[in-house]
Amino acid sequence: MSSHDEIVELLRENARYSVEDIARQTGSDRETVGAAIDELEADGVIRGYKAVVDREQLDDERVRAVVELNITLDRETSYDDVARRIAKFPKVDSLHLVSGDFDFMMEAEGDSMRELSNFISNKVAPVPEITQTVTHYVMTTYKEQGIEFGDGDDDDRLSVSP
Amino acid sequence: MKPAERVERVGPSGIRKFFELAEEMDDIISLGVGEPDFSAPWAAREAAIASLEQGKTSYTANRGRRELREEIATAMRSRYDLDYDVDEEILVTTGASEGLDLAFRALVDPGDTVAVAQPCYISYEPGVIFADGEVCSVSTRREDEFKLTYDLLREEGAADAEMLVYCYPNNPTGATMTGEELEEVAEFAREHDLTVLSDEIYAGLSYEHDHTSIATLPGMRERTIVFNGFSKEYAMTGLRLGYALGPPEAITAMNRIHQYTMLSAPTTAQYAAIEALRSCDDAVEEMHKKYNRRRQLVLSRFDEMGIDCFRAKGAFYAFPACPWDDADEFAEALLEETGVAVVPGTAFGDGGSDHLRVSYATGIADLKEALDRIERFIQ
Repeated sequence: MSSHDEIVELLRENARYSVEDIARQTGSDRETVGAAIDELEADGVIRGYKAVVDREQLDDERVRAVVELNITLDRETSYDDVARRIAKFPKVDSLHLVSGDFDFMMEAEGDSMRELSNFISNKVAPVPEITQTVTHYVMTTYKEQGIEFGDGDDDDRLSVSP
Repeated sequence: MKPAERVERVGPSGIRKFFELAEEMDDIISLGVGEPDFSAPWAAREAAIASLEQGKTSYTANRGRRELREEIATAMRSRYDLDYDVDEEILVTTGASEGLDLAFRALVDPGDTVAVAQPCYISYEPGVIFADGEVCSVSTRREDEFKLTYDLLREEGAADAEMLVYCYPNNPTGATMTGEELEEVAEFAREHDLTVLSDEIYAGLSYEHDHTSIATLPGMRERTIVFNGFSKEYAMTGLRLGYALGPPEAITAMNRIHQYTMLSAPTTAQYAAIEALRSCDDAVEEMHKKYNRRRQLVLSRFDEMGIDCFRAKGAFYAFPACPWDDADEFAEALLEETGVAVVPGTAFGDGGSDHLRVSYATGIADLKEALDRIERFIQ
């Protein structure tokens, strides 16, 4: 594993690891790790850092939906063109071109179901190339980005053992 | 009722006292645990569940399911160049600990001397004593990075012993030995006709060089019994499954005791182990990678704190010199004042008494917090 790959892996495990801790864990030094992170950010390999939040525990619970989008293209329009247009909306959290029965899988977040529905029907559906939308509201999240949302398992090992 | 004299000769383990102290406290961070913080790989657990669903709850062959012995033989050949016959030279045991006990009882006559490399896992000395053998302590030293050397074995009187037992990668020190370094031990064993019990339970957790088994060195196979198992590498401690590899006459003798006392190792665990060997390389690699990162974190932090700690290259232990003269006192004070448990080296016999065993079989967040507390404590 190259040192850059290892740094990315550690930041994906916990983006709040300090440069020093990454250096210690990889047997490197802080200057090398700091420079590598700068480079990864400049090259666009690392696009940002965000917290993984259990929204159910927020005072103002947000509403989230996974939306299937079907597209009909013409000679002048590509998937990229359509995607760029949709991705511009701040409510759109993620957007992927996927294989299978539909074209784009979009995740969007809003303050309420009404607001999110309005957004999808008034902003997304009218995009000329979009021929169909199917909206799935998220009811419960069990795991996100590798992090489980349960209570976690207690460490039931003996506190001291040979 | 009066216990037998040989039982009275063995005191309660030093770790027990410390365990009781730690149990009285809430919310401690323990760096005193001698087992993985991971659970067994899911595929192995699933295989155990499936075997129960299918009603596979009977005894197995005394030596263990043949299918499992075949997988063990294949894995040992490809990983460590160890070539053992499935029917005659492999015995599946209830943990490597049972294997060691069987070897002492099957191969040690009353009055025989067993050289025990120390500091070491707590069961070797009692095992020898229960077999009515005599212990010759061979204390490895900080300046040798706790490795065995020809000179050390000679100086400590191992030439008069019939048997030598040691463990590399080592618990509690984290020390490892390369093939070249083991050659000295092999030479000594050949010269003095020693039987060697090589506890290789941490073989899969070696971080800076490949693991070499002494049984692969010239003239050693016929005088060595190798012990390994699933507890550490596969995080299966509670399933209690290990194995011994050795010449047919030794394995047959050990199996004689095993068949009368244990009958066979736990059946459910054997099914888990078959699956572990067949399909869990990725899970093992992932755990190995995490241990290695933690190891480097711990070693760097001790270095930054000015604590003298040799570069441990295996298992999941660091073995720093104790900042105080008395390791027991230090560990007790550290526990009481900061809630961090480490085990004083005194619990593991001679040679490590002024050291501390620090286990990094703990998640990074707890590990960092514990190290921060240790740093504040010693300042």
